[in-house]
Amino acid sequence: MRDVAVIGVGCTTFGEKWSSGFRELFVEAGALALEDAQLSGEKIDAMYIGNMSAGRFIEQEHIGALIADYAGLATHHIPSTRVEAACASGGLAFRQAVIAVASGMEDIVVAAGVEKMTDVEPGASTDTLTGAADREWEGFVGATFPGLYAMIATDYMHRYPLTREQLAQVAVKNHYNGARNPIAQYQQEITIETVLKSTMVAEPLRLFDCSPITDGAAAVIVAPFDRAREFTDTPIKVLASAQASDTITLHDRRDISTLDATVAAGKKAFKLAKLTHKDIDMVEVHDCFSIAEICAIEDLGFCRKGEAGKFTADGETALSGKIPVNTSGGLKACGHPVGATGIKQVYEIVQQLRNEAGKRQIDNAKIGMTHNVGGTGATVAVHILGRV
Amino acid sequence: MVGIITYGVYIPRYRIKVEEIAKVWGANAADISGGLGVFEKSVPDLDEDAATIAVEAARNALLRRKIDPKDIGAVYVGSESHPYAVKPTACTVGEAIGATPNMTAADYEFACKAGTAAIQTCMGLVKSEMITYGLAIGSDVSQGAPSDALEYTAAAGGAAFLIGRDDPIATIHHTCSFTTDTPDFWRREGEDYPRHGGRFTGEPGYFKHVEGASSLLFRQTGKSPKDFTYAVFHQPNAKFPQKVAKNLGFTSEQIAPGLVVPTLGNTYSGASPIGLAATLDIAKPGDTIFVCSFGSGAGSDAFDIEVTDAIIDGKFQRDAAPGVEQLLKNPIYLDYARYAVHKGKIVMQL
Repeated sequence: MRDVAVIGVGCTTFGEKWSSGFRELFVEAGALALEDAQLSGEKIDAMYIGNMSAGRFIEQEHIGALIADYAGLATHHIPSTRVEAACASGGLAFRQAVIAVASGMEDIVVAAGVEKMTDVEPGASTDTLTGAADREWEGFVGATFPGLYAMIATDYMHRYPLTREQLAQVAVKNHYNGARNPIAQYQQEITIETVLKSTMVAEPLRLFDCSPITDGAAAVIVAPFDRAREFTDTPIKVLASAQASDTITLHDRRDISTLDATVAAGKKAFKLAKLTHKDIDMVEVHDCFSIAEICAIEDLGFCRKGEAGKFTADGETALSGKIPVNTSGGLKACGHPVGATGIKQVYEIVQQLRNEAGKRQIDNAKIGMTHNVGGTGATVAVHILGRV
Repeated sequence: MVGIITYGVYIPRYRIKVEEIAKVWGANAADISGGLGVFEKSVPDLDEDAATIAVEAARNALLRRKIDPKDIGAVYVGSESHPYAVKPTACTVGEAIGATPNMTAADYEFACKAGTAAIQTCMGLVKSEMITYGLAIGSDVSQGAPSDALEYTAAAGGAAFLIGRDDPIATIHHTCSFTTDTPDFWRREGEDYPRHGGRFTGEPGYFKHVEGASSLLFRQTGKSPKDFTYAVFHQPNAKFPQKVAKNLGFTSEQIAPGLVVPTLGNTYSGASPIGLAATLDIAKPGDTIFVCSFGSGAGSDAFDIEVTDAIIDGKFQRDAAPGVEQLLKNPIYLDYARYAVHKGKIVMQL
């Protein structure tokens, strides 16, 4: 197996991008990544594209070919493959690209993610996202994602000392970071009051506990580590790539307040990288809802089970804390174009490791982690990246 | 010079408060009112529709100025809620005010800007001397589906403007439009309620078109916001016109007289025409009024208007018909049940 490096990254701004269609989004992100790697398109050997549901969001399937075509690579006949794992599509696309390079099958590989979500009404997007759960056992009987995560939050708050204010602090912290990220959908800071006074979505989760509907695309380019300096002075090494799965339904889990797939993927990643949570300088976790960030930082080992609320309220996950979490603003403030999120997490960590994160830069950042979840935790991808 | 000869407004007396609607749907009234800047809206009586409102507004216009209805050569009624899909509201109005039969008539639909489109049509016919007077009306019993965001604002009302050449109370110096094919809000044939693209109705809809038409008018006339005493914008809620006015460089004082939506609601085709009427209600000779409508689908019509001495001479009697302020006074509040009856939301056995 060869070592793999990220040699270029690109990301569109995230938001309700009324004037950009699906194609414009991924072409923009891809062009930015190529420019970053100072690479021309014909050097690309393969592409993996994370996308959850273009079929339902824009009634377009066959995304792999579409993207290769609109990237101007149709006549190069390179393999271009769509990867789908609900909201973890981006994380899995990155992992496929890493595997392709590590195996020696390909050299220069694009991992991209794209989602155009605002062309359908909110009800339709909520229903499309429900496809990430079990349609027969959850969706058909009325469960939506806010509802499922509300069950996790209710169970968690029943068993562990998490206050409503501590939960709100997750969103407050992520908005603070988003306000320092030029690509973030929401650029304004909020207070705990903002969260507590916002509209109830699914008790106990309010509007500001929920990540938004977002348009956006991100792309990264990976290459064999020993060739990386042909393209960049600051190659970022992929130290670990891990993936795990779990029951697709929430009710079949051993414990609904612990995402066992996160635990498994996290342990595997640390083992592969020969590192522990103490070595991580910052982590991008999958905060589709505020409670998801609480569970994630515990399940990845950054604090003990039941302590994430206090840990967050004490500022340990803030930019200046012990382990800065979601420096990009996370899904909550940066936005959540589902298929693109996993790639955007890599984009953020690479920016941090290259010391290019501006006002949200973590001092002396050497090792970062990404955590991307599909559904309520049926798929999890964890990556560890390092500056070498 | 073409201008407004007289004008009239009609607003039904019934109101429902936002909190009464919010109570039914388990929504937070303070959040809704805070977000929209709307607190109550007008509701038609059981026997009122876009046609009766148009007739009342036209009659109020003619009460203010003695002209021979037979000199009205055109009647255009803009509405999203014409009572008939086929059979013009404009004919009913023409008949009711005694303008028939030597006149042309048609119904207009351009979401919330059909009333200002009617004004532009009348201006053209008057300018080309095809007619002496043209009557342009925007009138709606606005539709909003139960529990939809529109239900909190969709109101009833209308305004009529008689357009002519001789001795206008306000001269229309210039008008221009900005139009694109933008699907931000629509209602298909046979559907009871409009659908909309949520926040897509904002930036790509309202703001793009209102700012587009306004900038075009400034460019074509060489004028700027400081050249106007007052400004009137389409007002689906209070926030949009306040924001667009600020973006364009108008002050809150300039838009205050024409911003009637907080206690009236959104009267769709009647909205910017009623805003203009409310401004004319308090205007003095020499005052200048900027108007920009917006209709989803989408387009905006902008107007450069200057009030003349005729608004205070004896031929035009502003007090002969009720002003907007008076029409908004002494409302009768309905609970949601009576509101549902008034709006025909309860399905009756035939």
